[in-house]
Amino acid sequence: MDNITSLIGGFGDVLSPMNLLIALLGVTVGTAVGVLPGIGPAMTVALLLPITYGMAPVEGLILFAGIFYGGMYGGSTTSILLNTPGESASVVTAIEGNKMAKAGRAAQALATSAIGSFIAGTIGTLGIVFLMPQVAKFAISLGAPEYLAIILLTFTGVTAVLGASRVRGLASLLVGLTIGVVGIDFVTGQQRLTGGLPQLADGIDVVVVAVGIFAVGEALWVAAHLRRKAGEVIPVGRPWMGRSDWSRSWKPWLRGTLLGFPFGAMPAGGAEIPTLLSYTAEKKLSRHPEEFGKGAIEGVAGPEAANNASAAGTLVPMLALGLPTNATAAIMLAALQGWGIEPGPLLLTKEPALVWALIASLFIGNTMLLLLNLPLAPAWAKLLQIPRPYLYAGILFFASMGAYAVNSQPFDLWLLLALGLLGFAMRRFGLPVLPLIVGVILGPLVERKGRQSLQLTGGDLSGLVGGPVAWVCYVLIVIALAWPLVGLVRSRLGRSGGSGDHHDGPGSGDGQGPDALASARAGYSFNSPEA
Amino acid sequence: MSPQHPETTGPGTSDAVVAPDATAAAGGAGGTKDRAQYGLCAGLALLGAYVLFDASRIGAVSSSNDPVGPKPMPILLGVLLLVVAAFYAVDIARGGHGEAEEGEDVDLSTSVDWRTIGMLIAAFAVNALLIEPLGWVISGALLFWGSAFALGNRHHVRGLAAGVALSLITFYAFAIGLGVNLPAGILQGIL
Repeated sequence: MDNITSLIGGFGDVLSPMNLLIALLGVTVGTAVGVLPGIGPAMTVALLLPITYGMAPVEGLILFAGIFYGGMYGGSTTSILLNTPGESASVVTAIEGNKMAKAGRAAQALATSAIGSFIAGTIGTLGIVFLMPQVAKFAISLGAPEYLAIILLTFTGVTAVLGASRVRGLASLLVGLTIGVVGIDFVTGQQRLTGGLPQLADGIDVVVVAVGIFAVGEALWVAAHLRRKAGEVIPVGRPWMGRSDWSRSWKPWLRGTLLGFPFGAMPAGGAEIPTLLSYTAEKKLSRHPEEFGKGAIEGVAGPEAANNASAAGTLVPMLALGLPTNATAAIMLAALQGWGIEPGPLLLTKEPALVWALIASLFIGNTMLLLLNLPLAPAWAKLLQIPRPYLYAGILFFASMGAYAVNSQPFDLWLLLALGLLGFAMRRFGLPVLPLIVGVILGPLVERKGRQSLQLTGGDLSGLVGGPVAWVCYVLIVIALAWPLVGLVRSRLGRSGGSGDHHDGPGSGDGQGPDALASARAGYSFNSPEA
Repeated sequence: MSPQHPETTGPGTSDAVVAPDATAAAGGAGGTKDRAQYGLCAGLALLGAYVLFDASRIGAVSSSNDPVGPKPMPILLGVLLLVVAAFYAVDIARGGHGEAEEGEDVDLSTSVDWRTIGMLIAAFAVNALLIEPLGWVISGALLFWGSAFALGNRHHVRGLAAGVALSLITFYAFAIGLGVNLPAGILQGIL
């Protein structure tokens, strides 16, 4: 019951006029950027980072929480009305949602996704209230070797489990880790990878990396392939649902939530798998399976709930362990570091007021979103008509402003351009962006934990082997990495030395999910800045 | 954590849920090998080599506090980068290719528009060069106007007006309001 008391305390902190205003600003901006093509919550939070350094941490986090939840509401609006989801987690929503919209049921599709998001977000946030303190309590007892193992498991999750291709995910992670090494070593003070440039002695600021990869990279990528004729937006009135829509939606909402939250809460979860699972589950359980593929409301309600619940779940490892499993959480962790707050298992002990205020603001933001989105959906849809040259010019404008403001040096703008071109290349070649940003943020931490682990044994590698938690992590890592090999051996044996012409597709695609959906996913790589 | 396996997961039937737009993207790079990937692969290998070279210059400092020192991490990264570059090359040789990213405004049926990219980089560079001498309000407005032009905006007056308005608003709101560091440049004293 301590949790409830703390949560009420958190509400007390948030319910000031100023903080409510910031929450409203957050959800409004979040919904807007979720709707707008090319911008997602991760990019927005990255662009706002330098500005929030002047705010109190509580205010900044309330703003980010609003953007985080708002971005998902807005994202589903776009995928339903435009059928070109910007984020991988909305791919599944788009399948049935756009069919519904085309059949004249856009209002119901938007309503079931908004209400489902609200329910999943609320239950998911309750899940954080009860689960996160337990995880944090457990994590405090872990030593450096165990913590190191958990970080490595997170790396495995974001590279091998979430992406389509292991080798590309790994390449992205390594580049991120390398960027994280740049600067003066924290123990010995030696310069590493600075090339003698004094501007690099303090390392490359994570704001510059995030803005470069997410904002500049995305703007350049879109500019290279700008759709001259904007996609057709399906006109929509005010969202509403009839009695049968309600009765067909409420069970998928709850099932989607139950699927989504645990996946999000794991260090290697993500939203793709639970949304796919929810879709297939609803298709099996539906009394109207014939409607699937033609606009079944269950196929919108379930995956949308799974998506939001999984997003709520990702805050558990973020707050309890300091481990980000999606891009927005990664940048929120960078924000904490910018305020001089150390994320990790001790966060809840050291900054309880901050953590509980953040959680309380999630409840408030979620409610605001429902109130804001149901009546205003037609207005949001108008945002899709913004002239593209101004939209992407604006992104570059704010990206430059944010990157310069970090250190007030034009050097960072050149760095930003270089990172933007890297982000462009990654999008061109299908390298996922998430591992890179996770690598930049966790790189220094993983090195510190590794060195601490070896401190006790005087450098002997046996120091890396910790207690049972570490063993479990390493076993899971081996399983995750070995699965494709098992599949390979099996197919070799099965075909008894066929032509050897393995159709490996994009890397060692481990095709999680039904074929048809896998092909739907193929079109949308995991790179989305709106993740 | 739930390890995925092609045969064991995905209980669903696989009757056709035809995903619109997916075919174009999947088929785009299907036929021919995407050789440009070797460039990225070489970049990774070069980065790995540079990281190793840089690590070799770090003096071996170790103490009882820190028996490992600053060297092993970059060495490990450099080796892994080289290994991954090799695996990447093998994957490309076997016909693997990454899916280019889709998006609301992305039309992958067109080839890369290098002219637009070049103009955007130029606008970006102009801002980086002018931000300190002329100040954010001027360089930012030029950045916005130039980028919008590169992206196909032909309403020059409107674009410039929007750029000036944006840079003035951001300057007053962030630099003066929130204390964010943006240079006033030659307009120092006027703004």
